[in-house]
Amino acid sequence: MRRWIADRWVMGVALLVLGYLSLPIVVVAGLSFNRPSSRLSYDFNEFTLDNWTQPCATSDMCDAVVRSMEIGLIATVVSTLLGTLMAFALVRHGFRGRAGINGLIFLPMATPELVMGTSLLALFVAAGVPQGFWTIVIAHVMFCVSFVVVTVKARLSGMDRRLEEAAMDLYASEWQTFRRITLPLVLPGIMAAALLAFSLSFDDFIITNFNAGTTVTFPMYVWGAAQRGIPPQVNVIGTAMFAIALLLVGASTLRGRRARRAALVAPVAAVGTPKSAS
Amino acid sequence: MRTMGHETPAGDLRLANLTKRFGVFTAVDDLSLTVPQGSFFALLGASGCGKTTTLRMIAGLEEPTSGQVLLGDRDIAGLRPYKRPVNTVFQSYALFPHLDIHENVAFGLRRRGIRKVTDQVERMLALVQLEGYGRRKPAQLSGGQQQRVALARALINHPQVLLLDEPLGALDLKLRRQMQIELKRIQTEVGITFVHVTHDQEEAMTMADTVAVMNAGRIEQLGAPADLYEYPATAFVANFLGQSNLLAGEAAGRTGDDLPVTAHGARFSVPADRARVDHGPVFLGVRPEKLHLAADPGEVPAGHQHVGGVVTDASYVGVSTQYLVRTAWGSELSVFAANSGVGGRLAVGTPVTAHWDPRHAFVLPREPGEDDQTAPLLDEPPVGVPS
Ligand SMILES: Nc1ncnc2c1ncn2[C@@H]1O[C@H](COP(=O)(O)OP(=O)(O)OP(=O)(O)O)[C@@H](O)[C@H]1O
Ligand SMILES: [Mg+2]
Repeated sequence: MRRWIADRWVMGVALLVLGYLSLPIVVVAGLSFNRPSSRLSYDFNEFTLDNWTQPCATSDMCDAVVRSMEIGLIATVVSTLLGTLMAFALVRHGFRGRAGINGLIFLPMATPELVMGTSLLALFVAAGVPQGFWTIVIAHVMFCVSFVVVTVKARLSGMDRRLEEAAMDLYASEWQTFRRITLPLVLPGIMAAALLAFSLSFDDFIITNFNAGTTVTFPMYVWGAAQRGIPPQVNVIGTAMFAIALLLVGASTLRGRRARRAALVAPVAAVGTPKSAS
Repeated sequence: MRTMGHETPAGDLRLANLTKRFGVFTAVDDLSLTVPQGSFFALLGASGCGKTTTLRMIAGLEEPTSGQVLLGDRDIAGLRPYKRPVNTVFQSYALFPHLDIHENVAFGLRRRGIRKVTDQVERMLALVQLEGYGRRKPAQLSGGQQQRVALARALINHPQVLLLDEPLGALDLKLRRQMQIELKRIQTEVGITFVHVTHDQEEAMTMADTVAVMNAGRIEQLGAPADLYEYPATAFVANFLGQSNLLAGEAAGRTGDDLPVTAHGARFSVPADRARVDHGPVFLGVRPEKLHLAADPGEVPAGHQHVGGVVTDASYVGVSTQYLVRTAWGSELSVFAANSGVGGRLAVGTPVTAHWDPRHAFVLPREPGEDDQTAPLLDEPPVGVPS
């Protein structure tokens, strides 16, 4: 019995932690199928699919979601582009002040959001820029860039320069080398950075709130609605986002595994070794 | 993009005063050599002596500090790597991890705009005994298999010059011999110029038309394998390529066709055409297999030179027995005696006379103050290990 516990306690703890982590998600998913008894109540009242069939019943909310998506997409594209270029510069080129810039990259990540939000607001006001959609985008790009640089840099500095040399040795020009070797090898890092940037942008509240003017993003809408009673459709949006993310991750894992298995079957058959039973 | 005339022979590969410095450190020092077109050139040398750096300059991956790389009479030192009709088998393989083996091997052909590659790739994979592995990723292969992919990836392009940086180092003996034969066959059939870096002397000696021994960024000696072995130019070469017994002595000019050498109080003589110098401090060298042992001084054949000593070690290694003989002045000579069934084995402690034919000895320059260099009993010369 003691052995049995000893063998399984790591697994047990892992399951407990996993349960703890996913409990809020389960609650959100559950509430998305709930018809609340009153505006301000969060208890399970009655099962319904209405929230899913009419996610835009509260049109303010859907506007906010679309706006957040737009901001997220623009901020992701811009910050991924800028951050990737910056990471290449920092890893591949020795120039004066490189160490300094490497340090500065961490500043936005280390600064409390409250401080960054207020200082950005002060900056926009001083410069006479009206707050709204574009000031939010600018603010989001600013803090996303740091995360992109750090993520892409990690991937890039782990890459063997000799692969690029080998490509050039095999008649690939600079552009072909980048296109065929460098980019495919760094792409997972860039994709991860883009996903990170999007999710950071999509749910940012504090900095956004300072620089939004009259524009309302999804997090701001939820925050405002919390005082009046959150419409159950918010849970639909949350659950849907989670499901999409899960599907994306699952699909890419599955594809990788299938490709690996397909690669292994051929030579084994060629050599004529019996396949293992498992 | 097209590279320069891929099928037309380019001529000899010549390095002229090639130098590479990394900061204050000189990795390749004023290197000049010619590799005739279509020949097999082996570059030997201890770890860190600048072999890879030399290859990288030929491939265009490293810019020479000064000097020229000539192919025929074109200076290619300024060309980008992909413009050179040169391919490399990298010491570290450098296989593309995201491409499968088939695409790795096809990479060079595709970049040159060749569409139908499958047949060529299949043939190449068969050549390196990797049929059926085309769909795998490099990470799913063993070290030796990866090395063969690297070989196939370069060979398939039939470059004018193929640079091989220890291309067989990870293979077992049998496979290595097979690959050596294949390489030699391809080299002679297709007429590619091979520049082959190896730590395996036997490989260098059996495969190469010309062997160059490098030391600290410079070529110590260059020539046909037998010439290098039979008549080395420096003490480094004498001990890097096989082993040698080098006795410290003095020479004071030749008498007739001979060069008398005084070493440790005894007088020896070497044919003058076997001496690299004939004045001042010298090494008198004899290869261990050219030394013979006689239990009785009376057995020494006429015309042979000899020193007396005591057997201090005898190790049986199958084809031969390797003896250590301590001379009166304390140096230990190594002697290889073939186990041909003639003569018995000598026990440790036996007083013996070591003798040799003067035509098998050689005289090399020596730094004043350098003592005897007699190799310890090893099958391979000691090779520096990078720290
Ligand atoms: N990029 C570099 N910067 C500084 N020093 C270098 C660089 N590349 C090589 N060196 C130095 O130049 C010397 C020659 O290196 P090289 O790689 O040519 O050795 P090698 O003869 O190929 O050795 P091995 O047999 O171990 O492969 C070494 O001492 C190495 O430390
Ligand atoms: Mg090397």
